[in-house]
Amino acid sequence: MFPACRYYLQARRCIRTLKAVQVGHVAPQVYSTQRSSSTVPRITTHYTVYPRDKDPRWEEIEMERFADEADVVIVGGGPAGLSAAIRLKQLANQHEKELRVCVVEKASQIGAHTLSGACLEPTALNELIPDWKERGAPLNTPVTEDKFSILTEKYRIPVPILPGLPMNNHGNYLVRLGHFVRWLGEQAEELGVELYPGYAAAEVLFHEDGSVKGIATNDVGIGKDGSPKDVFERGMELHAKVTLFGEGCHGHLAKQLYKQFNLRENCEPQTYAIGLKELWVIDEKKWRPGRAEHSVGWPLNRNTYGGSFLYHLNEGEPLVALGFVVGLDYTNPYLSPFREFQRWKHHPSIMSTLEGGNRIAYGARALNEGGFQSIPKLTFPGGMLIGCSPGFMNVPKIKGTHTAMKSGMLAAETAFSKITDENLQSETAGLYIPEYKEALEKSWIWKELYAVRNIRPSFHNYFGLYGGMMYTGIFYWFLRGKEPWTLKHNGLDSAQLKPAKDCAPIEYPKPDGKISFDLLSSVALSGTNHEHDQPPHLTLKDDSVPVAHNLAVYDGPEQRFCPAGVYEYVPLETGDGMRLQINAQNCVHCKTCDIKDPSQNINWVVPEGSGGPAYNGL
Amino acid sequence: MSGRVLVGVKRVIDYAVKIRVKPDRTGVVTDGVKHSMNPFCEIAVEEAVKLKEKKLVKEVVAVSCGPQQVQETIRTALAMGADRGIHVEVSGKDYETLGPLQVSKIFAALAKKEQADLIILGKQAIDDDCNQTGQMTAALLDWPQGTFASEVSFEADKLKVVREIDGGLETIKINLPAVVTADLRLNTPRYATLPNIMKAKKKKIANVKPADLGVDVCSRLEVLKVDEPPQRQAGVKVETVEDLVGKLKEAGRV
Repeated sequence: MFPACRYYLQARRCIRTLKAVQVGHVAPQVYSTQRSSSTVPRITTHYTVYPRDKDPRWEEIEMERFADEADVVIVGGGPAGLSAAIRLKQLANQHEKELRVCVVEKASQIGAHTLSGACLEPTALNELIPDWKERGAPLNTPVTEDKFSILTEKYRIPVPILPGLPMNNHGNYLVRLGHFVRWLGEQAEELGVELYPGYAAAEVLFHEDGSVKGIATNDVGIGKDGSPKDVFERGMELHAKVTLFGEGCHGHLAKQLYKQFNLRENCEPQTYAIGLKELWVIDEKKWRPGRAEHSVGWPLNRNTYGGSFLYHLNEGEPLVALGFVVGLDYTNPYLSPFREFQRWKHHPSIMSTLEGGNRIAYGARALNEGGFQSIPKLTFPGGMLIGCSPGFMNVPKIKGTHTAMKSGMLAAETAFSKITDENLQSETAGLYIPEYKEALEKSWIWKELYAVRNIRPSFHNYFGLYGGMMYTGIFYWFLRGKEPWTLKHNGLDSAQLKPAKDCAPIEYPKPDGKISFDLLSSVALSGTNHEHDQPPHLTLKDDSVPVAHNLAVYDGPEQRFCPAGVYEYVPLETGDGMRLQINAQNCVHCKTCDIKDPSQNINWVVPEGSGGPAYNGL
Repeated sequence: MSGRVLVGVKRVIDYAVKIRVKPDRTGVVTDGVKHSMNPFCEIAVEEAVKLKEKKLVKEVVAVSCGPQQVQETIRTALAMGADRGIHVEVSGKDYETLGPLQVSKIFAALAKKEQADLIILGKQAIDDDCNQTGQMTAALLDWPQGTFASEVSFEADKLKVVREIDGGLETIKINLPAVVTADLRLNTPRYATLPNIMKAKKKKIANVKPADLGVDVCSRLEVLKVDEPPQRQAGVKVETVEDLVGKLKEAGRV
């Protein structure tokens, strides 16, 4: 039995700071572990942890799936996936060939799960759709002013952005990426792409020779306890000659593929950050459309990577998009990225912009920081990885959309030549297309990522942020990344946390309800929702690990790094000890828990399609 | 008896989304906001499809009034099992002022044109909560109505409807043709699965204008102003009953 008294006080503090969400649920089933006599309430019921072929409740259920054939199936309707789809159809029309392209997307509508700053570099768009302006692409705000600052608790130190530094945004556009993705979806549909929003790819299918055959969409109608409901229906199989995986940062199918095909054996592990974002309608007098502001420093200490953005959008009303990014290699388990974000807004230079304004949207998403060193093997028989899933983000520029789009386009071009090659003799049933990697290496993506490869790792020094900025100033600005060495990352983000007893709890100020807000009202603004009667999609490999390890050693960091209040440690009904409560309905699909869990016990799988946030132009 | 059922489906803002009032106070923001089929309409479609599966009706026609986007809602109904769809095109200012009276006139005209035997609607829409369209449609057609239905069955040539009313459950028998509005416990709607969505692309959706049906969609109502509900004021705690009575007297409530 755990020493309940020591953790009881800490738990009470946690519960006070995070108002408890009353979720009407059936009393958790309890089972005993073999190791100790303590009982652990059953949390995980998903079939990926408890297979259905061994489950008696599933004996009589028909598990046959309807299958259909396409030429290319694309998982994920984001910038990479849609660019690939558009490029494929452009080539098909150009060469007068028939090509069936299907895109499956877990959001209920294209763009509803898209979240980004965003400052778009139009290079890839200019290549993909040169007449984007005539076609009404929502790039309404060219950047007119760049501001970069180092913040201290009370002051702001401006840093000049010289041309040539990665943060210079001349020629770029401030966009609402969700609206841009929606527009890309319309362009794709016009070209004849079959878009299926509301259907998540839940399973990768394999041919007998081990190559990828396609995907299967999620089953529907499974109850919270894992049993089949009356409305149970199997998902559908979509078979393809090649499948493109564009699930965005830390995709769940990509995670499986890395293991299956050993794609990460020659690259560094991916490192990540979490980005939280809000949209505000501000006082017109404070509105400066076209201004892009970035800051580093307060409230983070010099050894925690992160910073903020604040973009003044020109879309009719005085709108600003602002947000905060925290590197997930932070070491203090008491750090809460959400509360750092809320705290940052109280800085005098930020508060002056927000005062008198109204918050209208909130969301969060993990993003890649690994850059060049973390790019895995990108092709395998039957499939390719595109976009932020393998990760092509230019970290100092904090831009990944243009490289994601370009990777989708290159994947489409190489796939198209292979598919339409009449003399093709493929060794595997699913096509293997290593030409994609070669095309990437010859493209501007590779040069760009190589040039900035050392900037992020340069923060791993005693001076932290200041060391990194000096490195950027010296080596990048003068040498453009031509230095002959490549710095390494620090290892997995999940391994970076120090035990709670070695760290000081952080006292965050209470939200004031005008500039800063509490977590639950923020989550409500994301519009997130899931069918409540389904197995929690945040699955645990071992239900006993959260309390025994995460809470015991790290004081339950998942309560703090989840930007949606999914994880809560609550007292057991019997009174002695705690249990983990997973409020899966709140999830905004950011993937931070899967990345940062120190026990790597949490496995995020996709819930029933059309669940998740309902972002509108975020 | 044509065995034809008309089902009305309405495209509304998804129930989980936070509503925002437009800056000019004329309505709520709908552009880019997540929409879905009204939950009660889903139940109505499910009931119609169940009746068809039991071979009690022959054809299910899904109807929606609105701009181009309502075709997605009709497709969902087709994917759930409806046979064909009718899209009554209403857009722009007309759509913003479209209300139960105009929709009932449209349904009444369609029911006559399609020679429907049964109209199943959701009891109310979650955006305006009017709870009027079913009742008005029945009145315009002079048909019997079974509203707030939690159970619908055929008995000989009559329709037996169990209704959820304030006092409990009321069972009525009505002649056909009739209008039924679905309440929450009528059934659990099935999912629109991907194979069915793909098949639904081949099912027909006819486009019709209200003028073709002889219906004038001009509204008799004018919306003056739309506001958010007032911010909740902090309460005051009192120690004794005397204090409470004193405070109530101060506020002029007693």
